[in-house]
Amino acid sequence: MGGLQKKKYESGSATNYVSRNKARKKLSLSLADFRRLCILKGIYPHEPKHKKKVNKGSTAPRTFYLLKDIRFLLHEPVVGKFREYKIFVRKLRKAYGKAEWSGVKRMKENKPVYKLDHIIKERYPTFIDALRDVDDALSMCFLFSTFARTGKCHVQTIQLCRRLGVEWMNYIIDLRSLRKVFLSIKGIYYQAEVLGQTITWIVPYQFAHDHPTDVDYRVMATFTELYTTLLGFVNFRLYQTLNLVYPPKLDGQGEFNLKSTCEEDYALESESYSEKLSALSASLARTVPLVEDEEAEPDHFPAEGVSERQKCQKTLKKLFEGLKFFLNREVPRESLAFLIRCFGGQVSWDKSLCIGSTYDETDEMITHHIVDRPTINKQYINRYYIQPQWVYDCVNAKILLPVEEYFLGVTLPPHLSPFVEESEGDYVPPEKLKLLALQRGEKPREEEDDQIQFCLPQRLSVKVTPGKVKQENRMRTEQEEKAEEKRLAIMMMKKKEKYLYDKIMFGKKRNVREVSLLRNRCHFTIVCAFFCKFKNTIE
Amino acid sequence: MTKLKNKKRNLEENEDEQLPIFDKDGGEDAHLDDGDEDQGDLSDSEESVFSGLEESGSESDDEEEEDEEDGSEEKSSDIEEDKTADGDGDDQLSAKEVIKPQTDGQNSKEKKKKKKAAGKEGGEESVASVRDSGLQISSQVDEYEHDTSDEEDIRNTVGNIPMEWYKDYPHIGYDLEGKKIFKPIRNKDELDEFLDKMENPDYWRTVQDKMTGADIRLSDEQVDLVHRLQQGKFGDVNFNEYEPAIDFFSNEVMIHPVTNRPQDKRSFIPSLIEKEKVGKLVHAIKMGWIKPRRPKETTPQYYDLWAKEDPNSILGRHKMHVPAPKMKLPGHEESYNPPPEYLLSEEERLAWEQQDPEYRKLSFLPQKFACLRAVPAYSRFIHERFERCLDLYLCPRQRKMRVNVNPEDLIPKLPKPKDLQPFPTTQSLVYRGHSSLVRSISVSPSGQWLVSGSDDCTVRFWEVSTARCLKTVEVGGAVKGVAWNPNPSICLVAVSYDDTVVLLNPGLGDRLVCTATDQLISSYEEPEEVMDQSVQWAVAEGEGHEQGHRLILKHPKTVRQVTWHGKGDYLACVMPDNGSSLQVVIHQVSKRRTQNPFRKNKGLVQCVSFHPIRPYFFVATQRYVRVYNLIKQELTKKLMANCKWISSMAIHPGGDNVICGSYDCRLAWFDLDLSTKPYKVLRHHKKALRSVAYHRHYPLFASGSDDGSVIVCHGMVYNDLLQNPLIVPVKVLKGHTITHDLGVLDVTFHPTQPWVFSSGADGTVRLFT
Repeated sequence: MGGLQKKKYESGSATNYVSRNKARKKLSLSLADFRRLCILKGIYPHEPKHKKKVNKGSTAPRTFYLLKDIRFLLHEPVVGKFREYKIFVRKLRKAYGKAEWSGVKRMKENKPVYKLDHIIKERYPTFIDALRDVDDALSMCFLFSTFARTGKCHVQTIQLCRRLGVEWMNYIIDLRSLRKVFLSIKGIYYQAEVLGQTITWIVPYQFAHDHPTDVDYRVMATFTELYTTLLGFVNFRLYQTLNLVYPPKLDGQGEFNLKSTCEEDYALESESYSEKLSALSASLARTVPLVEDEEAEPDHFPAEGVSERQKCQKTLKKLFEGLKFFLNREVPRESLAFLIRCFGGQVSWDKSLCIGSTYDETDEMITHHIVDRPTINKQYINRYYIQPQWVYDCVNAKILLPVEEYFLGVTLPPHLSPFVEESEGDYVPPEKLKLLALQRGEKPREEEDDQIQFCLPQRLSVKVTPGKVKQENRMRTEQEEKAEEKRLAIMMMKKKEKYLYDKIMFGKKRNVREVSLLRNRCHFTIVCAFFCKFKNTIE
Repeated sequence: MTKLKNKKRNLEENEDEQLPIFDKDGGEDAHLDDGDEDQGDLSDSEESVFSGLEESGSESDDEEEEDEEDGSEEKSSDIEEDKTADGDGDDQLSAKEVIKPQTDGQNSKEKKKKKKAAGKEGGEESVASVRDSGLQISSQVDEYEHDTSDEEDIRNTVGNIPMEWYKDYPHIGYDLEGKKIFKPIRNKDELDEFLDKMENPDYWRTVQDKMTGADIRLSDEQVDLVHRLQQGKFGDVNFNEYEPAIDFFSNEVMIHPVTNRPQDKRSFIPSLIEKEKVGKLVHAIKMGWIKPRRPKETTPQYYDLWAKEDPNSILGRHKMHVPAPKMKLPGHEESYNPPPEYLLSEEERLAWEQQDPEYRKLSFLPQKFACLRAVPAYSRFIHERFERCLDLYLCPRQRKMRVNVNPEDLIPKLPKPKDLQPFPTTQSLVYRGHSSLVRSISVSPSGQWLVSGSDDCTVRFWEVSTARCLKTVEVGGAVKGVAWNPNPSICLVAVSYDDTVVLLNPGLGDRLVCTATDQLISSYEEPEEVMDQSVQWAVAEGEGHEQGHRLILKHPKTVRQVTWHGKGDYLACVMPDNGSSLQVVIHQVSKRRTQNPFRKNKGLVQCVSFHPIRPYFFVATQRYVRVYNLIKQELTKKLMANCKWISSMAIHPGGDNVICGSYDCRLAWFDLDLSTKPYKVLRHHKKALRSVAYHRHYPLFASGSDDGSVIVCHGMVYNDLLQNPLIVPVKVLKGHTITHDLGVLDVTFHPTQPWVFSSGADGTVRLFT
C-alpha cells in the first residue's frame, strides 16, 4: 500500500527529549563533567508531558533533557577545556610516576585553565538578568567565605569569596539600599534593593562548620566557581554605576584614619588592606569626587504614591544618621557594623577586637553602646546600653524604637520576620500589631495590658439577655436557605471543578485551623503572663 | 711471633719501596693499611680481641682440643698443612697485588718462599705456644690467617650447610684434599655427661662446634664477650659509643677539602651526553615543537561584561528559560526569638521528630534564645545550601499556572430554587402500617389513592390526603412491584410477588369505574385457538375474588417489576435471568395474551418501560438502555449509561429524555435527540440510587437513594431543540431512617400535585409536599 510503515518513537515527543545517559554519551563526557557542564551552562532536565511515550514505552524513572539543550552544549568551548584538563591530569600522573620533576613543573605551569566570562554573558544577556540571579550567588559566597582555610576547597576560592562578599557589602553600604534584616536560627537574612531588584541573602553565624559527609563538595565548588565569576562581574558593574573604584579602595580620609591606628599589627600590607576593607568602617574611594548636594536629583514629578514611597525610603536611609554606636566584643561585629553603616550611623569597636575601629569606648559622643551580656561593670552616663536586637528591629520597623525594652538584662520582645506579609485571615502576632500602631505614630499605650486584665473578669461574667426570637429565626432561616442553595449548587459542579473546589476548601480550612491554634496559644500565654503578674502584685 | 710479623711487614714495605710504579690508589691503600697496622701494633693485645676473635678463638681451641683429645699426629700434620694452605691463600692475595704492577716474578717467588717458611714456622710455633699462653698468640695468628668470613674454618669443605645432614655418617665433612674428616669419638652417654657436668669445672663454658663436632672451651675473654652481647653492649670493650660527634659537613667552610681525591678528567672536558641533549632541544625549538613560554594573560579578572548590551543576544533560549524560583523567605517561626505561640508544644515536637523529614512542614524546630549571644550555629546550613544547588541543576522546571481562582467562582450559577417553585419542600404525611420494607408504591391516576407493596406479603391501599389505610390485601409472597393502571377509566392494580402477577381491583373510588373494570374482565371470551403461552392466565375466584383479585398470571420465573403501558391495556413484566431469553414479557390484558418480544438475551434486564406516546419500549440492562421500536420490531437506540449497574429508569412524559439511576451513586440524564451518552451525570447522592421518577406535568424529577434522602431536581425540558434541558437540584428531602443499610426504595410523584411519595426500608411511606 502507501509508503513506508511508520515506526513507533521515531517522531514526536520521543525525538525531542534525550535521556541523561544518552546526552552524556553524545557529548562524550564523564558524568561528573556532564554535571559540571550542566551547572555552568544552567541546563536543567525537563519533565515530558507524556513520559511513557518519551521513554519508549518503558516506565523506568529517567531524567530527560531537551535535545535542543544538549545540541546547544555541543559547541561549548569549556567542553574542550574539560577534555584538555583530563589529558593534563593523565600526563601529570605519568610524570609523577616516572619522577620527572622538571616535567611536572613544566606541566603545572601550563595547566589548562578556563574562563566562564562568555558563559555568564550568554546566560545573562543583560545586567538586570544577572542581578536577578545574584541571590544564590551571594548566599553561597558568604557560606564559602566562612569555611576554614583547610580541607574542603581551595584557599584561593575562600579568599575570593570573602573578597567578593566584602565588596558587595561595601557597595550596599555606599548605596544604602539595605531594606530588611532578620535574625533567624539559621543565620542572618538580609534583603536589599538594587536597581529595582529585591535581593535576599543569608549569612551563617560565625562558627566553625561541622562539615557533613553526605554533601558533594564538588557540586558546591562548581557552583561557587560560577557564582564567583558572576558576582565579580556584577560587583564591577555596580561599582561602576556608583563611580566607585574597583577593586575597592578606601577613600583618603578613611585610609588616613585607619593608618593611624594599628598598622604594625599586620605583617602583610595587602592582607591588612583587605582586612581594613572588610572592617566596613570607612567609605570607599570614588573615581569622580562626590558632589555634596543631594538635591540635584532628577526633576521632581509629583506622583502621589511614588513620592510617598520615596520619602519613606529617604528617611529610612538616614535612620541612624547622627547616632554613634560602640560595639562590645561579644556582639556579631560584622553584621552590626554593616547594618549601622547602611543606615548612616557611625560605628566603632574595641581596638583589639578588629582592625578599623575609628573611636574609643571612652568617646563622649557615643549614643548607643551595644552589649550582649546581662550586666556591664563600667557604664558611661550619657549613652544607652542596649542589646543588639534593637538595631535589627529598628531597621525592620523603619523607625527608631523605644530603647526601654532592649536594655541589658531585660527579656527581649520577640523578633519578628520582616518578610511576612499578612493577608486577610492570616494570623498577626500581637507584637506586630503594636509595631504597626507605632509606625502609624500612635503612642504605645501602657494601659493596654491593664485593659486586658480588666477585660478578662468582665468576659467571665457572662450575661444572658432575652433576645428577639423571631428576628433571629428569620436571619437564621435566611442563612440556612443560602447555605442549602450553595450545597445544592455544589452538587451540580463538574467533577474536575469539584475536585479543585474541595482542594481549595481543604487548604482554607487548614489555614483557619492553624490560625486559630496560634491565636489560642497567644491568648493562653497572655493569660498566663497576666496571672503571674497578678500573683506578684498580690504578694 | 711479633718479630716475625715485623719482618713480614718490613718485607712488604720493602716491596712498596721497590715498586714505585704502583698507581696512586694502590699506594694510598697500602699506606692506609700501614697506618692501620701501626695502630694495631700499638694496641695490639687489647684492640684485636674482638676483630678476629671468633675464628681465631675457635681455631686455637680446636687445636687445643685436638691436641688434648686425640693427640694424634695426623691432626697436627693436618693443621700444619692447613697453615701452609693458608699461606698459599696469602700468596694468592699477594699475587693479586703483584699482577697489577707486572714486576718480574723473581721478587714474588722469593717472597712466597719466605712466606711459606714463615707460615710453617708460625704453625709450629702456634701449636707449641697454645699450651703455654693461649690467646694472644692465637689471636695474632688469626689476624693474618682469615680475613673474610667465607674462609672461616677452611679445613672442612662442606660449606655452610646444616650439619645434621652428616648426623648418620661417621665423618663430618671433607678436608681440602677430599679426605673425610671423621667425627671425634664421642661415646658419652647421659651418665658421662652428668659426671662431666659435676666434675668438670669448665663444663659451663664448653660448647660444641658443629662444623667439627669438637667441644670447645671458651676463654675468659670470650665468655666476657658473650655476656656483653647478651646485655646488648658493644662487643668491643674499648669502643666508646658516646664519643663527641664531629660535624663533617657543617656550615663552616673548611680550608681543606673533605677528600683529597683529585678531580676527574671528565670534569674538564665537555660532556657528550649533554651535547646530545642540547642538540635535541635545539632541534625541537627549530621544528617548533617547543614553544616559548606564553606570556601571562593581561586581561583583568573582572571587567564590564555588559558594556555593550546587545539586544540581539537575547535568544529564543532566554525567552524559553524558566528562572529558578527564589528561596522561600523565612517566617516568624524561624526567628531566634519568635513569639511564644510559634514554639511547638511537647506533642507537636514529638510528632515532628517522628515524621519523615520529607513530609515535615517545617524543616527545623522553632527555638527561642534569650539573647543573640546564645544562638548556636545551624547544623544543617551546608545541607540546605547543597539541597538548593541540587534543586537548581537537577529539578525539572515547568511553568505551572497557579490556580488562583475564587472557590465561589467555581460554583455554577444556577437559578435560585425559590424561583423554580413549586416543588416538594417538607414532609407532610407518613403512611405507617407496613412491618417490613416497602419495595414499591404507585399512585392512582386520579391522585386520590396510593398503593404500596411490602416484604411483609401485603399490599396496602391508602388514601393520599389522610394517610388512612383503606384496604390491606394479603398475597402469597413478598411484594416486589405494584403498578396502578394509568388509564383512569380502569381501576386495576398489578401486583407482583414471587412468580405471580395479580391484577387487583381495589374497589376504591368511583363505583362505576370499578364495576366497569370487573365487567371488562369478565367479558373476555375464549378465543377458538388456544395458543401455547408461557404464562398461565387464571381468573381469581372465591376468597381471592372477595379481596379483589381478578386475574392471576403465573410466570415461569420470579417477577421483579411490572409496568403498564400508558393506555392501560398492555402490561410488561421483568423476570431478570441471565441465562434465558425469556426475561421480559408483555401481556395484553383485554385479550389475555402474552408475548415474549425478544428472541435473544442481551444481558440481565433491570427494568423496562413503555414510551408514554410512541410505540417504543425501553429495556435497561446492566449498563445499557436499549430502545426498541415495537411496531418495526427493531432496535432504534442504545444508550450508554457510563455506570456500572443501572438500578432504575424513568422516561420523561415528553418522551425525549430518560433518567437512569445506578447503584454507583449516579444519575444519568439522557437527551435522546442529543446523543446516546448522558447529557449530564449527577453524583449528588452518597449511596446507591434505588429509584428515579419524573413528574407528569411539572418539570421535576426525584431520586431516592440508600442514604435515606430523596433529592428533588428541577428538570426543565424546552420545546426549542437548541436549548438544552436545565437541571437544578432544588431540595434534599430527608425523613426515612436507614435500616439494614437501605434507605429509600421507591419514589413516585403525585400525578397532578407537586408532591412526591417515597417508600423506605423502615416500613413507611412518606409524602413530601
